[in-house]
Order: sequence, then C-alpha cells, then structure tokens
Amino acid sequence: MRRMIRIRVNGEWRELSVAGNALLLNVLREDEGLTGTKYGCGIGECGACTVRIDGEPVLSCLTLAVAVDGCEVQTVEGLAVDGRLDPLQEAMLDTAAVQCGFCTPGMLMTARALLDETPAPSEQDVRDHMKGNLCRCTGYASIVRAVLEAANRDGGPEMAPKPPALGAPRRSRGAPRTP
Amino acid sequence: MLTFTNSHLLLGELDYVEPASVDEACALLAEHAGEARLLAGGTDLLVQLKLERAEARCLIGMRRLPELRRITGEDGLVLGAAATIRSIARSALVRGRYAALQEACEAFSTLQVMVMGTVGGNVCNASPAADTVPALLAFDARAGLRGRHGERAVPLDELFVGPGRTVLHADEMLESLRLAPVSAGTGSAFLKLGRVAADIAKVSVAVRLDREGEHIRDCRVALGAVAPTPVRSGEAERALRGQAPSAALVQDAARAAADEIRPITDVRSTAAYRRHAAGVLVQDAIRRAWARAGGREIR
Repeated sequence: MRRMIRIRVNGEWRELSVAGNALLLNVLREDEGLTGTKYGCGIGECGACTVRIDGEPVLSCLTLAVAVDGCEVQTVEGLAVDGRLDPLQEAMLDTAAVQCGFCTPGMLMTARALLDETPAPSEQDVRDHMKGNLCRCTGYASIVRAVLEAANRDGGPEMAPKPPALGAPRRSRGAPRTP
Repeated sequence: MLTFTNSHLLLGELDYVEPASVDEACALLAEHAGEARLLAGGTDLLVQLKLERAEARCLIGMRRLPELRRITGEDGLVLGAAATIRSIARSALVRGRYAALQEACEAFSTLQVMVMGTVGGNVCNASPAADTVPALLAFDARAGLRGRHGERAVPLDELFVGPGRTVLHADEMLESLRLAPVSAGTGSAFLKLGRVAADIAKVSVAVRLDREGEHIRDCRVALGAVAPTPVRSGEAERALRGQAPSAALVQDAARAAADEIRPITDVRSTAAYRRHAAGVLVQDAIRRAWARAGGREIR
C-alpha cells in the first residue's frame, strides 16, 4: 500500500507518497533529506528521533508516516529562524552541552516543547521532561544547565540558577551563526 | 533507491485504515480476521511488530475517533480507551481524587511515551507490569468492550488471562474504562520500583482506602509485575477491612500480600527480591493512602 499524505514540515506543506509501513523518521531522513533527526535505538528507548507533531514531542521511529497525514511536523532543522539559532541551541553551545552530538537534536526538540509549555522550569522539571532522551557523553549536567540558561534568555522570570562561569567568552545573544 | 539506514524497520507490507466510528473499527477487525491490530500510540505495538513479536497485515488507527480520547467525571471517572497517559496525568478530574492513577501515569516511562501512549493500549497490551493497571484495579475499573455483536462490561480483574492475553474477542475493542466514584474519605497511592526513572516496574503497588472515622471501611490492594497478570491481594484487603490502622496491621497486610503473590525471577529482579519489595511497597502505599484519606498518623 502506498498513499499520498500532506504534512507541514517546518512550516512548509509537503505532499508525499509513502508506503503503509514507512516510519516518519525514515520519511524525514530519506525522502525529505532532513538528517538532523537521528535513528538511535529504533524501539522508543533513547529519544534521539524525537520530533514535534502538532507541538507535542513524539518518537518518530515509532510513528507511521501515514498516521500523521495533515499534521504539523517540526524537526531540529526548523528551530533556527532566518539563520538565527533558537536560544536553546545557543545555550547548548555556550554551556558545552554537545559532545558527540548524536542525542542533541532529540534533546532540543524535547526541551523546546518543555520551555514552550513551562517557560521557567525547575531543574527537576527539566530532568523529568528529558528522562526519555539518553546521552552517553555529557552526564546530563551541561544539558540541564543549557535548558535552564535558555529559559533565562527566553525572558522567563529569574528562577533558574545561573550557570557557573565557563571561562569562554559568552557569545552575544542571537548573533547569526552558520549552522 | 533502497538503503537501509537503520535496522528496526517494519519489514512486512502494511495496510493502514482510520475508521470513523467504533462500529466500523470492529467490522474491520472482523473482516481482517486476526490479521489486523488496533493502533493507538504505537509505543508497544510498533516495537512488537519491529521485533517480530507480533504480526499484522493491517493497522487500524484510532485518530478519527476523538470520543475515545475523552475523560469525563460522570458517576466516577470514565477514561476513553485512547486517552493518552499524559492527558490523564494532567486531568483536573484525576488530580487528588484518583491520586494513585495520577501517580501511575506520572511514573509512566518517558515524556514521549506519555504523550503517545494510551490507557487502553496499556491495558490491552496486558503486560503484568503495566503501570496503570494496579491503579485502575484499586478503583474497581470496569472495561467497556464493544464488538460486532454488542457491548459488555468486564471487571478489570477478569480481563487478563496471562502475559499479553485478555478475554477480548477477535472483533472486540476496548472503548472505555469506568472507575468507581470516590468519597471525601477516600485516599489512594501508587508506588513503583524500577531500576531507573523511566524503567518498567520490578514491582508496583496501588492502594485505595475508604476511611470512616478511625477505621478502614473498604480497601483495595493491587500489585503489578509480581504474577502473570496484575493482581489484587484479597488477603491483604481482608486483613485491612473494618480495622483501625496500626503499625502491626500494616505489617500483617503487607505480609499477606507478599505471601499471596507469585513473582518470578527474570532480568529485572529475583522472585525473592520482588516478594520482599512488594511487602515494603504495600506498607508505604497503605500509609500514604491513609494520610491522604485524612487518617491520623499510623503508629
């Protein structure tokens, strides 16, 4: 079975012919060339494939493409606007929350969903929301720090603790950067 | 172009349909006689299909059935089978009044799985370790089933036959779960022991107590991951019913539950550990439920 679906990917409506057994992850990566979304475990354990569907963080490795017909899909490629990284991406760079980087797109999508819903999360909120995104490099501390820092920069109330100084000069907010 | 960029794929041909009514879904189940599966969140089913632990030629999506996602408070609490775990955890109808259910939904795997997964999927997957089931048992949930030949309501403790198996007929689907009303003197709690926060339970316990003055008028003690299906401990409930809670009574009830369960040894825990931990969790859950029911501290 093949079927035509219409999905809005990062703001742009796309008409795609997909097989009944095609996973959203593979349609995004192979048909749409959006390889930012990662294949980690393929069975919903690691969160590397997280994208947002109608705003909700969802595992694209466990989502049939045919089942999101008509939906709004946001991938990590949709976070930057006009070449400006999302404050969350900036914060991840500034707090050295990226090592091998494989978990980063999933982390970003889950964290963005959290901040859209809870602009000033506590550290525990961040850890609860992101427990489904595994990272084997960082030990999570710098990732949690990045999300709290991004919440501060988003203009949320000064609830998140300030991250410790990192020595490196802070980049100015919102400066254009080549992704 | 055929490139396998990852290994966990759905290799078989799959048809996918989205019925516009529950009756249509039941007709599709009957029509595909054993080769169709209902697809809700997909967090169990798609994994099983990928790992070839389940087979299907056709998946029946629940997306066009918004009535199955509804949570209503009529005469207790009614959960549509496709209500997501997260929507239940955040429902104002659940908060406080059905504390054990709220805690079970909050302890449920990861955010993504809570967003995708549904209570009906959790029930029909029939895992002995299903997080929502002990809490649903604690509130005397009845499963509303619909098939081609009509409807029936099955008490949840009669729904499960064994790991992965229920009494549902091939053309039947779970439509709703109806929980008993709670009163001002009702308190409940759910506790789960896993290796890490997002893990499947080694042991889980849900307790509901109905307080009348200093006494337990009625109660439920339900456990997960300690038998082939989630179970109630009739012995623990008998020990508690009509009694005024004391440290000794709580211990007796916990011992009764630990004696009654049939845990196994597997990758997650040994049987002996599960039995011991179940007793500890039962004690903690009783104390918590009693405090929430407005009872005085148990000494």
